[in-house]
Amino acid sequence: MKKYDIVVIGGGPAGLAAAIEAKKEGIDQILVIERDRELGGILQQCIHNGFGLHVFKEELTGPEYAERFINELRSLGIDYVLDTMVLEITEDRTVHCVSSADGYRIIESQAVILAMGCRERTRGAIAIPGYRPAGVFNAGTAQRYMNMEGYMVGKKVVILGSGDIGLIMARRMTLEGAQVMAVAELMPFSGGLTRNIVQCLDDYDIPLLLSHTITKIEGKNRVEAVTVQAVDENLKPIEGTERVYECDTLLLSVGLIPENELSRSAGVAIDNATKGPIVNESMETSVEGIFACGNVVHVHDLVDFVTEESRRAGKAAAKYVKQEMATSMAILETKAQEGIGYIVPQRIRMENVGEQLPLLMRVRNVYHKAELSVKIDGVEVKRLKKAHLAPGEMERIDLPKALIEAHLGKYISVEVVKEA
Amino acid sequence: MTKDLVCIVCPVGCRLTIEKDDTAENGYRITGNTCKRGINYAIEEMTHPTRMVPTTVKIEQAFLKRLPVRTDRPIDKKLIFEAMKVINDFTCIAPIKMGDVLIENILGTEVNIIATRSMDKV
Repeated sequence: MKKYDIVVIGGGPAGLAAAIEAKKEGIDQILVIERDRELGGILQQCIHNGFGLHVFKEELTGPEYAERFINELRSLGIDYVLDTMVLEITEDRTVHCVSSADGYRIIESQAVILAMGCRERTRGAIAIPGYRPAGVFNAGTAQRYMNMEGYMVGKKVVILGSGDIGLIMARRMTLEGAQVMAVAELMPFSGGLTRNIVQCLDDYDIPLLLSHTITKIEGKNRVEAVTVQAVDENLKPIEGTERVYECDTLLLSVGLIPENELSRSAGVAIDNATKGPIVNESMETSVEGIFACGNVVHVHDLVDFVTEESRRAGKAAAKYVKQEMATSMAILETKAQEGIGYIVPQRIRMENVGEQLPLLMRVRNVYHKAELSVKIDGVEVKRLKKAHLAPGEMERIDLPKALIEAHLGKYISVEVVKEA
Repeated sequence: MTKDLVCIVCPVGCRLTIEKDDTAENGYRITGNTCKRGINYAIEEMTHPTRMVPTTVKIEQAFLKRLPVRTDRPIDKKLIFEAMKVINDFTCIAPIKMGDVLIENILGTEVNIIATRSMDKV
């Protein structure tokens, strides 16, 4: 049985960046395990531009962003296996995996980095009534069919959910000759980036129906029509607002869920708000030596931020393997308060914090001209003015280590303060 | 002519209104912007809007049936659908390297269509 220093589960942007960073920190025996037939993860199907503005200072497509990291991984001589499914990870960092080429394998590692990413919520998760005909796709699945396999998924399309994948697919299907009739969004605001609403919907005169949902799907074999209905402030459909759209395809872009079955098998504690592992300042989970990064921890809106977070995880895992990590008992916790959905990391050991402690968070609502107030044990230590806050755009606050130490307490909280 | 726009230069997303105004230095009157960049964005959108076009072409002898491509520069917005026709009629053969120019000077725009990933021959 081969023994590794670090095994990385997942060869998408998170796994690639973490492995590369760990290698640069002097760790030799690294293995990346990928279940798909190639590295790159979901970036390979995200053929649109908009990636890399932070990391490379230029605008790339998903495949270009992925290829730069894949080339670097190969040039550093990091081992990887493809078409290999991890079945279980145990608390002592033993990885069980299976592939057609190698059969069942058990791999031991000093550290494990979880980088499995996330998957789409499905029709089942939102319980749309009606028949179950062909033609109902998750937007990401349709994206893969169209951009990689070369199958057009439909001609007359309605999209439910205005997350970025739904918006991107509205434009993609339009460019390939489909008629996208409407994008319905349950919430009174879109969960997608503004630039996507402008460049994917407004450019092609595709209506965005805010505070609307789909209450019926018709068609025995193939989708024939969907019913779109307005919802009230409690998100309940309003009677009498039903509108029937004849269509052959319904795309669902109704959220992403971190994929944590393997994390759970290893005994990793999960945060109810993020649906990902609870992590500390070093991106280490509740199980010593098991780290996590990227969309498996919390769903990011930009891959650039996944890369940044994963580099931190890779660096920390290397530090752990080299036994340079401080394992302090004094732990600060972060608390998401008024207006904040969650904060990552959830736990902080000051000994391992560099000059700045990055706090990543999402707000619960859309705010104009608001402020973010950071408190330590209830005492405000920092206040940031924000012209615009939206759940679709992740916020980041860098807290100087000196500032935290000057107020050393038990918890750091963040809240939204609306303008008086 | 008046046009309403949402500025996409930064995440604030100012709602801009632009109209022709011959008395103004730049020829337009723009309201709703909170910074200078909004003015440039609005004038560009009014005078010659351009977009990057990412899409796919058919590929043969590769492990996938489609190869992702994009314009190497933004293209005139009005030409997007015409460009898509040319791109969809094109087929390439593996191996392809990221950055390879597949279609030169599409529709006489001096914009090239380039591969956005490498694909080996199988």
